[in-house]
Amino acid sequence: MAEIELRGITRSFGAVTALQEVSLTVPDGAFVVLLGPTGAGKTTLLRMVSGLDRADAGQVLIDGQDLSRATPAQRNVAMVFQQYSLYPHLSVRENLAFPLKSPLLRTPKDEIARKVQEVAEVLQIAHKLDNKATALSGGEMQRVSIGRALVRQPSVYLMDEPLSSLDAKLRADLRIELKRIQQDLGATFLYVTHDQIEAMTMATHIGVLDHGRLVQFGPPREVYENPVSIYAASRLGQPRINLLPAGLFGAAPPGAATIGLRPEQIEQGEGSESTVRRVEHLGDQTRLHLRCQDHDLVTVTDAHTALQPGDSLRIRPKDPFYFDAAGARL
Amino acid sequence: MSSYSITEPSKPQKWIAGSLVIAYALITLMPLLWIIATGFKSPADSIAYPPKVFFTPTLEGYVNLFTTRTRQTAEFLAANPPQTWYAEIVAKYDMVIAGPSRFGERFLNSVIIGFGSTFLSIFLGTLAAYAFSRFKVPLKDDLLFFILSTRMMPPIAVAIPIFLMFRQLGLSDTHLGMILLYTAVNLSLSVWLLKGFIDEIPQEYEEAALIDGYTRFQAFYKVVLPQAATGIASTAIFCLIFAWNEYAFAVLLTSGNAQTAPPFIPTIIGTAGQDWPAVAAGATLFLMPVMVFTILLRKHLLRGITFGAVRK
Repeated sequence: MAEIELRGITRSFGAVTALQEVSLTVPDGAFVVLLGPTGAGKTTLLRMVSGLDRADAGQVLIDGQDLSRATPAQRNVAMVFQQYSLYPHLSVRENLAFPLKSPLLRTPKDEIARKVQEVAEVLQIAHKLDNKATALSGGEMQRVSIGRALVRQPSVYLMDEPLSSLDAKLRADLRIELKRIQQDLGATFLYVTHDQIEAMTMATHIGVLDHGRLVQFGPPREVYENPVSIYAASRLGQPRINLLPAGLFGAAPPGAATIGLRPEQIEQGEGSESTVRRVEHLGDQTRLHLRCQDHDLVTVTDAHTALQPGDSLRIRPKDPFYFDAAGARL
Repeated sequence: MSSYSITEPSKPQKWIAGSLVIAYALITLMPLLWIIATGFKSPADSIAYPPKVFFTPTLEGYVNLFTTRTRQTAEFLAANPPQTWYAEIVAKYDMVIAGPSRFGERFLNSVIIGFGSTFLSIFLGTLAAYAFSRFKVPLKDDLLFFILSTRMMPPIAVAIPIFLMFRQLGLSDTHLGMILLYTAVNLSLSVWLLKGFIDEIPQEYEEAALIDGYTRFQAFYKVVLPQAATGIASTAIFCLIFAWNEYAFAVLLTSGNAQTAPPFIPTIIGTAGQDWPAVAAGATLFLMPVMVFTILLRKHLLRGITFGAVRK
């Protein structure tokens, strides 16, 4: 395992700048999750680290060594592709064995068999080992593609939304399994996801990407509790953070344009008058859609609330975030 | 996945479809069957009018194809009774076998030149097609157009320059010369066809192989080639059919040494009257390798082996 350091990585595709001077250190044994909407540059960043793509400017260091111009094989990275990319002419077993047979590793036969079996059992695909890779469901293909990475012990595991097409139960299982593997091996992970539960539960660090720029990097709690901008604050939290005019609840600090309120930053029972417009019972929590002085907001309340649409509820902010007109945190 | 339903055709529909296919197959196979039948006729039966559909099969045509014969006097034939079944056949016509014909070596020449040029066309074509498909080649579009432009006239239009070049280079009437010539003609076809097939193979497979610790060439060899098998097989069949059947250049550029079967087969007819059965026998044998080759590669012609392992 190794530490990954990116220094000023910039990459453009024609007129589109996919990454702009991204500098980032993934400590040895860290689990870094990259967050951002489609097009933010997450996948491009993974490809930079893998060596499948080269940066226009900047350096990629693995364990202190500048490998910016090295091939993927020389970097010794494992990657799980979003599109699975299983070899269609090979069986599941051969797919899993493929990296072990490479000139890079040249693993002895019995060890290949052992490792493949081991990984197949962890991923619950041992009964499919002799299937053709094309004769699998989407979820099974995704697990095989994760397995193809896990049979190795590379300098870093790069994973591009590896759990996205699994059903909820399997996703929860594998989330825990991946985290366990990462801790047991002390492995370094660079992981792209849209799923904030994955981000919050697995990550040791979260990197927030916005149009090719790394806008915030830190532990998940810090990114959640201390976002640097509206953009970063919007990446985490369910329901999403409410963004309202700064003066809605009275005095705001000078320069503030927007007040940001997560559900736990809204105190119920006192303060401004609001109307309940909709009540969503989700089972473990209940979401309230409120209207306060012509602005909509969403918060969470007791699962067994007696509130009905049309009721009125007093709310007031508690330790809110203030942002300036450009969206930066004050 | 798009949602559409396939309804099972009804019995009468199947019958109609089946009969149409069989009728079509019979029409296209008719000349072929006629050639094969003629190969087993006697010279008299082969030119009988009305044509004979039912006849007593004989191997005369094949014996004449593979041998050269001379006419002998009755005394000589009486003194030297035929020792073998084929000597007996020719004895009916007051002839004895003087030796083997050149059909065997002409056929072997066809095999060497046909398969040699097919192999070379596919080998070079695959490498070029892969490069055009995956790499930033300078002037890529112009090069591809140039390669295609070699197809824009019949190859025989350049027969005279090629004839002169071959004479200068000492390639006239050599196996190497014919292999190079047929490869040059086929290469444009193979580059374009194979580029189409390789374009359809998602790059993600090679990227996965690069990540898995393989070099670009190993990824090409282990991942791209197996998936291009369909395209390679069908391209190889096209190349072989051209090289195998080519007549004009073979007449022009080969004679004693590297002559292939197509220019040789018509010469059989002149040795002893109009020996249609021998010509038909030669044509029948000549058809076999392409048929066998096509049948062997048939399973690779089935499309769809790469379908479905990359999420779109």
